[in-house]
Amino acid sequence: MNKNTTIEEVFQNHERPKKPGALNASATFAWRALLRIRYVPEQLFDVTVFPIIFLLMFTYLFGGAISGSTGEYLDFVLPGILVMTVSMITMYTGLDLNKDIEKGVFDRFRSLPIWRPSVLVGALVVDAVRYLIASTIMITLGYILGFRPEAGFFGVILAVLVLLLFAFSLSWIWTMLGIIVRSEKALMGISMMLLFPLTFLSSVFVNPTTMPNWLQVFVDINPITFVVDAVRGIIHGTDAMSDILMVIYISIGLIVVFGPLTMYFFRNKN
Amino acid sequence: MEKKKMYAVEATNLVKTFGKEHAVDGVDLKIPKGIVYGFLGPNGAGKTTTIRMLATLLKPNNGHATVMGYDLVEEADDVRQKISLTGQFASVDEELSGRENLIFIGRLVGYTRKEAKQRADELLAAFQLTDASKRQVKKYSGGMRRRIDIAASIVTSPELLFLDEPTTGLDPRSRNQVWDIVRALVKQGTTVFLTTQYLEEADQLADLIGVIDHGKLIAEGTSKELKASVGAGSLIVNFDNEVELQRASTILEEQLGEKADKDLKDYSLTLPIKEHDKAAVAIGALANQNVKIKEFSMAQPSLDEVFLTLTGKLPDQETDGVVNE
Repeated sequence: MNKNTTIEEVFQNHERPKKPGALNASATFAWRALLRIRYVPEQLFDVTVFPIIFLLMFTYLFGGAISGSTGEYLDFVLPGILVMTVSMITMYTGLDLNKDIEKGVFDRFRSLPIWRPSVLVGALVVDAVRYLIASTIMITLGYILGFRPEAGFFGVILAVLVLLLFAFSLSWIWTMLGIIVRSEKALMGISMMLLFPLTFLSSVFVNPTTMPNWLQVFVDINPITFVVDAVRGIIHGTDAMSDILMVIYISIGLIVVFGPLTMYFFRNKN
Repeated sequence: MEKKKMYAVEATNLVKTFGKEHAVDGVDLKIPKGIVYGFLGPNGAGKTTTIRMLATLLKPNNGHATVMGYDLVEEADDVRQKISLTGQFASVDEELSGRENLIFIGRLVGYTRKEAKQRADELLAAFQLTDASKRQVKKYSGGMRRRIDIAASIVTSPELLFLDEPTTGLDPRSRNQVWDIVRALVKQGTTVFLTTQYLEEADQLADLIGVIDHGKLIAEGTSKELKASVGAGSLIVNFDNEVELQRASTILEEQLGEKADKDLKDYSLTLPIKEHDKAAVAIGALANQNVKIKEFSMAQPSLDEVFLTLTGKLPDQETDGVVNE
């Protein structure tokens, strides 16, 4: 019974060390998310292949019709597609969480004496990295195709930061849904149902003034429109201050509402 | 802050409802420290729901419980310091390797990176998983899966370990390995609370067994006590024709003092028995009177029989799934 003695040995004297702080626990969850990417690099399709396909597709499909030339349309549409793509891939945060819950590993996390939001914060931090990858790829490809940001390199950086703030905030909706929706398929359906109208019925592809009045009403209050206008404004060096402030308000609002709601459902998950 | 109490779990009138379904319906528990408590019941009886409440994953709708002396609801974080849970399904990340999972848990309980790695390697060696340490857990066999699940639960020594159906779906060899692990843990003073659908498992491991059905604790006692209420099992004898069967029936009923259950389709007789010795004598009596037996066998009392005895009916599986919510 050699095996038993070793199990007994490893079992002795392993009192719990001091529990990790919030930052450490979050970093550990982030580390886990990175490891998962290493094992399943296909997960990165959404942040690598999506941006490329979207950019090529929409630029050459609509460019001639909307702006008369693809080159001119690219300058207009790239910030829009950037916002659309990043907003869309935020929903994967909820899908990953939903999978953890369904498989059962979530139960172990919840039975550990750790700072509870760390499970979510760790994942969201890695997601921010994913959004950054998507943004970099799209802007680089855009540059090759002839996209020229008037505000230069730093303008682009600022625009991406504003977008990341919004994406991080938007993710809390998906984490909340990830906890309360029962299956991955249902979650996917709900996410798509919300994201499609929000991204398409906005200023992503065309100037809203070309739309019928009733549609403009929706487009003008659509948060995605504010984000697109802010990002587009920053990149092209026009005055975007009011849009930026609006994005910051929307982001804070999303976190203030969905952060606590998420944690409430997290704690009281049946 | 150390609270000295005799009981690892002390629960009064625990209730958990899901909608109209009473998954757990007024369970009282008093589990002394240092023992294996076996929670026996069919699918959907409320085993998992009870464990999830005691492991602070679910809030009870009613009732009160302390785990290792701490209040389940008011002092949930203190409870979490003392316990570990190995759930019925994956309780590790299948996408990561075994070693990475253990390092991950090690970091979460507060070890430094170096300590966590060292601890992971120790555990892998003790659980005979060193060779598979770099493989993704989803590529593990069922038995290896269970071992890594349990290893992840004892990265730091819990005072109370919850194991939810640790051997369901395992082959006999892997099942024995899990049993050995449980025995080793108890030797070190851990209290183990395990759920099972198998009477044999509760029999082998548990010092105290609680039988649960429809969210209610319907019996509690040692394995010996429970079995005494059911009898030692049953004797099954097969014959070639009805004539032999009828003759044997009379003899066996007289010998064992029990009524025989006749199956005229396959010419078989089933009789409950209280002691194994008596069954041997009864079979001998058949031989003495030249009754021709085709074959005979002894059946251990099954969970079904425990239920039959305790509730007067077979466990029904209708509520299956409700407790897994």
